[in-house]
Amino acid sequence: MTIPLSHFLFVAGLLLVIGVFGIFMNRKNIIIIMMSIELILLAANLNFVAFSGALHDMVGQVFTMFVLTVAAAEAAIGLAILVIYFRNRGSIEVEDVTLMKG
Amino acid sequence: MIANLAFDLFSIILLASAVMVVSSRNPVHSVLFLILAFINAAVLFLMAGAEFLAMILVIVYVGAVAVLFMFVVMMLDVDFAQLREGFQRYAPVGGLVALIMFGELAFVLTTTVIAPGAAEARLFPTPANVTNAQALGALIYTNYLPLFQLAGIILLVAMIGAIVLTHRDRRRAKTQNLTAQHARMPADTLRMVTAELGAGAKIPETVEVKAK
Repeated sequence: MTIPLSHFLFVAGLLLVIGVFGIFMNRKNIIIIMMSIELILLAANLNFVAFSGALHDMVGQVFTMFVLTVAAAEAAIGLAILVIYFRNRGSIEVEDVTLMKG
Repeated sequence: MIANLAFDLFSIILLASAVMVVSSRNPVHSVLFLILAFINAAVLFLMAGAEFLAMILVIVYVGAVAVLFMFVVMMLDVDFAQLREGFQRYAPVGGLVALIMFGELAFVLTTTVIAPGAAEARLFPTPANVTNAQALGALIYTNYLPLFQLAGIILLVAMIGAIVLTHRDRRRAKTQNLTAQHARMPADTLRMVTAELGAGAKIPETVEVKAK
């Protein structure tokens, strides 16, 4: 373990901020929003793995595996909802979804 | 120090491709940059000592999730130029939020110290002289078995949910019956009528329909 922990934390923090920025910038395109969520989860995973390596504790890696599971399930369900929404409306604009508010 | 140099290189590629994911004009390019970001993150995982998770990241994320994204982007015929309008409008507030957030994170990062007693408080220390996959497996199949099974159930529910959501019922749809079409003979449906000159064709009153 030659790389100090703070380097990992710096990169993960930047990655998380880029993901949040992406959600703000692409407010209409829900596909890019989902990719930004994946980036945010990746930043969280990077933090878990970095702490696990620095502190020599295996639990961080176990938890990272659960985060990966939830992220994969979220992507599958989200994209399925996106496909049926597009099939019904012919558009994936986020602002159109507020139609259900009545 | 070659390790630090490699870390800098891969993290710069990771951050650059993450920026391209959120700012790319074409969503297909976004997905490809997402794949690049995942691969570089896997290299960073390797450097942190999590070999098994690095391989899982390449297999599951690059092989399944990113391909799923690519599939949806290609399948949906969306007007992406229309979806990008307002990109400039949201830039100031997005940049402000990102700046504040990173400022807070940097503040936490620079002022945090790991407690001296943290090493004693470890739950499951990394065993020496054992590969990473073996150490991880020894943990998730014993102490974390219920949670591991729960993760499997989550994946099962997600799979069934995605199938149920996107499945289309085809029983009521009209489809071609090739056997009936091929078995159809001209004598079954065709009738020759000789027309009298000047009187037109006379249609017989009873049109008997033969079975098959």
